[in-house]
Amino acid sequence: MQVDETKEFKPTIVAFCCNWCSYAGADLSGTNRLNYPANVKIIRVPCSCRVNPMFILRAFQRGADGVIMCGCHPGDCHYTSGNYYARRRMTLLFSMLDFLGIEKERTRVEWVSAAEGAKFAATMNDFVATITKLGENRRLEDIRCKKQ
Amino acid sequence: MLKVSVDKINDLFRAIAATQKLFLPVDTNAGAQYREWSEGVTMSQALNTNRSAKDFFFPQTENLAEFKVEGKKIEVKPQVNEYEDFVVFGVRACDAASFAILDRVFLSEPVDTFYEHRRTHGTIVTLACNRPAETCFCTTFGIDPAVPGGDVSAWQMGDVLYLEAQNEKGQKLLDAVNAELSEAPADAAEPVKAAIRVMMEKLPLANLSLKGIEDQKMLDLFYSDKWKGLSESCLGCGTCTFVCPTCQCYDVRDFDTGNGIQRFRCWDSCMYSDFTRMAHGNIRNSQMERFRQRFMHKLVYFPENNEGIYSCVGCGRCLAKCPIHMNIVKVIKTMGGTENE
Amino acid sequence: MQEAMIKRAKELLADGTVNRVMGWQAGEFAYDITPTVFSSADELDKSFVYNDFCSANVSKYMINESRKDGKILCFLKPCDSYSFNQLLAEHRIWRDHVYIIGIPSYGKVDVNKVRAKGVTGITGIRTEGANVVVETIYGPETMVKMDVMEDRCLCCKSKKHMVYDELIGEEGDVMESSRFDMVEKLENMTPEERYEFWRGELSKCIRCNACRNVCPACTCENCVFDNPNSGIANKAPSSDFEENMFHIIRAFHVAGRCTDCGECSRVCPQNIPLHLLNRKFIKDINELYGTYQAGEDVNARGPLTNYTVDDCEPSIVHHRRG
Repeated sequence: MQVDETKEFKPTIVAFCCNWCSYAGADLSGTNRLNYPANVKIIRVPCSCRVNPMFILRAFQRGADGVIMCGCHPGDCHYTSGNYYARRRMTLLFSMLDFLGIEKERTRVEWVSAAEGAKFAATMNDFVATITKLGENRRLEDIRCKKQ
Repeated sequence: MLKVSVDKINDLFRAIAATQKLFLPVDTNAGAQYREWSEGVTMSQALNTNRSAKDFFFPQTENLAEFKVEGKKIEVKPQVNEYEDFVVFGVRACDAASFAILDRVFLSEPVDTFYEHRRTHGTIVTLACNRPAETCFCTTFGIDPAVPGGDVSAWQMGDVLYLEAQNEKGQKLLDAVNAELSEAPADAAEPVKAAIRVMMEKLPLANLSLKGIEDQKMLDLFYSDKWKGLSESCLGCGTCTFVCPTCQCYDVRDFDTGNGIQRFRCWDSCMYSDFTRMAHGNIRNSQMERFRQRFMHKLVYFPENNEGIYSCVGCGRCLAKCPIHMNIVKVIKTMGGTENE
Repeated sequence: MQEAMIKRAKELLADGTVNRVMGWQAGEFAYDITPTVFSSADELDKSFVYNDFCSANVSKYMINESRKDGKILCFLKPCDSYSFNQLLAEHRIWRDHVYIIGIPSYGKVDVNKVRAKGVTGITGIRTEGANVVVETIYGPETMVKMDVMEDRCLCCKSKKHMVYDELIGEEGDVMESSRFDMVEKLENMTPEERYEFWRGELSKCIRCNACRNVCPACTCENCVFDNPNSGIANKAPSSDFEENMFHIIRAFHVAGRCTDCGECSRVCPQNIPLHLLNRKFIKDINELYGTYQAGEDVNARGPLTNYTVDDCEPSIVHHRRG
């Protein structure tokens, strides 16, 4: 395959955002006219606890170069404890991906409240910059899903 | 009959690999596996490869077609493969016999062209089994490991490898690498053949016979109450099916790639719970029924439809690999197979 | 040991305590032993065996067997008893339908390791003290048992029974084990080396599902990988991604519940060291959330169905090592 050197790499980022905090935070960053790259695709989930490890993997399969999960700050979960469970799950999953040699920078968890529009934008900008530097997801790609 | 000294065998491999791909069994951390030969690769002395040689003609997955949907238009792109000639070296008699069984399935109308192309382009060099294992029972199915068949047969005797073409395709291969080979008397391999037959006699399963099953009515076998006990501890995994050189069932599936549909086929196993799942439901709902199907197919249905040829070659892989050591030999013995005297 | 087990099983059958016995049945070649349910003294006499080749963990069979009428006698090795206890904790086994006799295990022999030494044509095989004596059609062979023991037994974590109604033989202890050594070795590699290692291993997968079907922690009625509505059902490792996903997800689904019995690696026809994935989770759980052994305590809350408010953040993965 030939790589077009002149074409700038624009990573695809999938962000799982909980309905009660982070999704509202994303909304706020929009109403405040804060910029974050358009290649962040937000998927709204009822709670960060809804994020099945399979969601993360399937996002990579379908072409994501980085996956970030955002939820309410620990202690502020709309369902009291959902994000505490999610925290353990994601810690173990990320550690496992690292164990398999998949770049650990590709996955991240951030707690973003409904009032933190600025944090949401800053987080996304930073994450996109990290993934852009890291390059395309090769180790957890599904070649069948690459566009011809 | 031609011969080559075993310490010169790399020259022979190099000569074959000069014009086409050459695959042979290589020792890996997953037992012997077929790998492409390149400089420095040595052939495994193991009796059987971990996986069978059917992969060369009937790979575990292969793409069939691709669909692109745009609006109300569907574009169908059939899979176009380029086939190259290749040689598989060191195939054992049992695996070589399995190709004839697969041929009956894939080369009868309607012909499976993917399989057909690979068969046309592949040349099989077999190797006689100097050290058969306790799990071997190919003789039960009339296979003689001393005469391993294929397109070219080979026998290793001490530090000499004897080769003999079995058909035109084999002759063509030997002619092409003639410079590496020298003439040998026609009966040069007879001592090793005799030695193999002596060892085969000593094997614990040497006298396994299907006579007792042949004599029974199909429905009596089907409704036998012995299946329950045999299948009781079956895990329902697909190990036996996937290591089997003659299992040929497959599934056709569609994969949504996000920018089209990839239609592919992959091996299926009758041991799996969704094997016969259809629109109306599943006709085999218990592991007993699935287990029975596998062995009835190999030992009763297949011979019924194919002039008495069994769909088993006695390679013994399922005996070695089943997680709970339930296998076709135990089935044959329980269902009434007898010991020859 | 075998005689004592048969004797006791017959007694329990005769006095009506149990109506079936779960045990191991002799095969064709002395090493190919099948887990079987025996229902009479005659059957026990005929083919019941217990020796160093009885590797299979029979605890998973108790899910179905305990739902049948009457009580079943089940012989459990120490490592099987952890699996059994974990299944009890998950309410998968009806405890009052099972009579458990704990039996010792002195380390099982891996016949593949015997074969790897070039031994074939095996007609008989037995352990004699510290040695394994093999009879083959090519002549007899003797080897040191430690050299051909299953890997999981070489780093045995415990010889103590977690659950039983009675014991035959002596009760052992939880042991110091070196079972995390290989995980640690991998952790100390670079991500590139780890990636190469796992691609090499997982690309061997033929998706026979033996690891899943034998696993005492994998007890879903319908596995997500068999469910056509899950979107990820497949019967073959059609791409590198699918190989990775199957094993990551399978390991994750049993994380916190896996007792590290090692059956997954034992049954893999392609010799993939699958237990390393499970051990990685166990090691992480021990390090991050406190030492936890699944199957030890029926009333304990599993690490993934539990939390503390000051658990570490997932970013710890970024800071640890490398």
